[in-house]
Amino acid sequence: MSPPVSRLRQTPLPYRIVTASLLTVAAVYFLVPVYWLTVSATKSTGDLFGTFGFWFADPRPLTRLGEVLSHDGGIYVRWFGNSLLYAGAGAVAATLLSAAAGYALAKFPFPGREGIFNVVLAGVLIPGTALALPLYLLFSELGLANTYWAVLVPSVVSPFGVYLCRIYAAAAVPDSLLEAARIDGAGEGRIFRVLVLRMMTPALVTVFLFQFVHIWNNFFLPLVMLSDSDLYPIQLGLTGWQGYADRQPELYQYTVGGAFLSVLPLMVLMGVLQRYWRTGLTEGSVK
Amino acid sequence: MSGPFRRPTRAELRNARAASGFLLPFLALFVLCFLAPIGYAVYQSLLRTERAGPLGIGGVTEAFAGLENYRQALQDSGFLAGFGRVLLFGVVQIPLMILLATALALLLDAASARWVGFFRTAFFLPYGVPGVIASILWGFLYVPGISPFVEMAGSVGWDVDFLSDGTVLWSIANIVTWQYTGYNMLVLIAQLKSVPSELYEAARIDGAGAWQIALRVKLPLIRPALVLTTVFSLIGTLQLFAEPMVLRPLSNAIDSGFTPNLHAYNEAFTGNNQHAAAAEAVLLALVACVLSFGFLRLVGRRGGEDR
Repeated sequence: MSPPVSRLRQTPLPYRIVTASLLTVAAVYFLVPVYWLTVSATKSTGDLFGTFGFWFADPRPLTRLGEVLSHDGGIYVRWFGNSLLYAGAGAVAATLLSAAAGYALAKFPFPGREGIFNVVLAGVLIPGTALALPLYLLFSELGLANTYWAVLVPSVVSPFGVYLCRIYAAAAVPDSLLEAARIDGAGEGRIFRVLVLRMMTPALVTVFLFQFVHIWNNFFLPLVMLSDSDLYPIQLGLTGWQGYADRQPELYQYTVGGAFLSVLPLMVLMGVLQRYWRTGLTEGSVK
Repeated sequence: MSGPFRRPTRAELRNARAASGFLLPFLALFVLCFLAPIGYAVYQSLLRTERAGPLGIGGVTEAFAGLENYRQALQDSGFLAGFGRVLLFGVVQIPLMILLATALALLLDAASARWVGFFRTAFFLPYGVPGVIASILWGFLYVPGISPFVEMAGSVGWDVDFLSDGTVLWSIANIVTWQYTGYNMLVLIAQLKSVPSELYEAARIDGAGAWQIALRVKLPLIRPALVLTTVFSLIGTLQLFAEPMVLRPLSNAIDSGFTPNLHAYNEAFTGNNQHAAAAEAVLLALVACVLSFGFLRLVGRRGGEDR
């Protein structure tokens, strides 16, 4: 890395101005909808329609958001909890399963290893929504449709996680250390728990964050699987509100407020994620 | 390596036992959630429902239908129109988005360090907004009455309709671009950062300007990441579902078969025709695989050795 001072000296001023203005235009494009959402979350349905969208009108953020949370017996809070459960528990399980499978594929030579790895890799390329419909038919036969398991079970399988964990384990877990631990008499399970998981932490954090976002954002699977609104994640609940809004106008306000609240935690996570992306992921994927 | 007829040693047995212990939990669930549904979909797609007796009240049985469901899907003009629509969408939106992501990545890479963090976060932020929420959000920004854009355009006498027959596909393209450009940009930046900076120094000493370094040195180096992001975008485009589903109540231009996925979904849940839906899901997965492997081979051949 060259120090920034030398860069400044080498880059001519007009070039820097052009760069900065292009970046600013792009930032406006990406941020304006979020700004609109923030402003609109403080408005009533009447003001949503009656006042200019990019400026405040009678802002009462706490009242408005309180109304979102208490509407229909606090169903929004339940949806939020469901989303947290699906994404949190699903991502933890997916990370552990991927770590174990990736470690096995990286460190234990056995016949058929490459074949298994390739089949798993092909899983990355299969569209998730093409799987969701048959998965629903299958889960209905098993009596699992319309339960928490219907969303949780498919969410813990992450072919991308296995791929990342294999690459990372191959690079970051030295064979000599495993041999030393075995000679000391440690069992395979103990070696995995105590040594391997610790050495794979950067990859595990990446897998966890990605899977969390993936499950949190997944819409098709819960849409297909769930019919009981008590089991809905936020996204599914909000589309319900949005679909009914023309018959029940106060739902416009609740949809906007609910969307705003649901975006907040993910925004925080994004800040963490992009930092890990640059460190954790590049270490693993780029030789 | 050792010969095939040697008896496995103790260490090898121990190895195999440990490996299967680590691998099996994942594999079992992978089979349940990836392989079984594919097999089940193929099986279902080969059946048809037969109703016995007058008006079908004599009970429902399933019978082997051969490729009849596939033939019907491929003759269904609504289903084919949906494919045409997502292909058109992909041909326009994917290059635009990748171009934008590349431009932003290169600009950020060349910009002075002070504001880079802010811009990178700002560009990446929309990736944190779930597709459904993004669609709801942009839906409000498109729909007359609420949208400040429509209002602003109207005040200068410009009558825009983001949700008409001719525009709604591109309004959806805008939502997708808004969401995923920053994510793709970050993948590209990660690859740029892995390039040793001596390479740039060398190019600079050889007299290359900032433009030339960007086009001749950086662009070829991030090619693997470009291929990766394009393939993932391709798969994502074929699956297009949440955006048209959410915008549908707002626009008359979106019908029940606007995208292949929407068509299959409605076939299964509105039309109650699971066999047709299974055939359509299989076709969708096939097209996705053919297109992404085809693209990988295409760029692999042109670039010679890729690994």
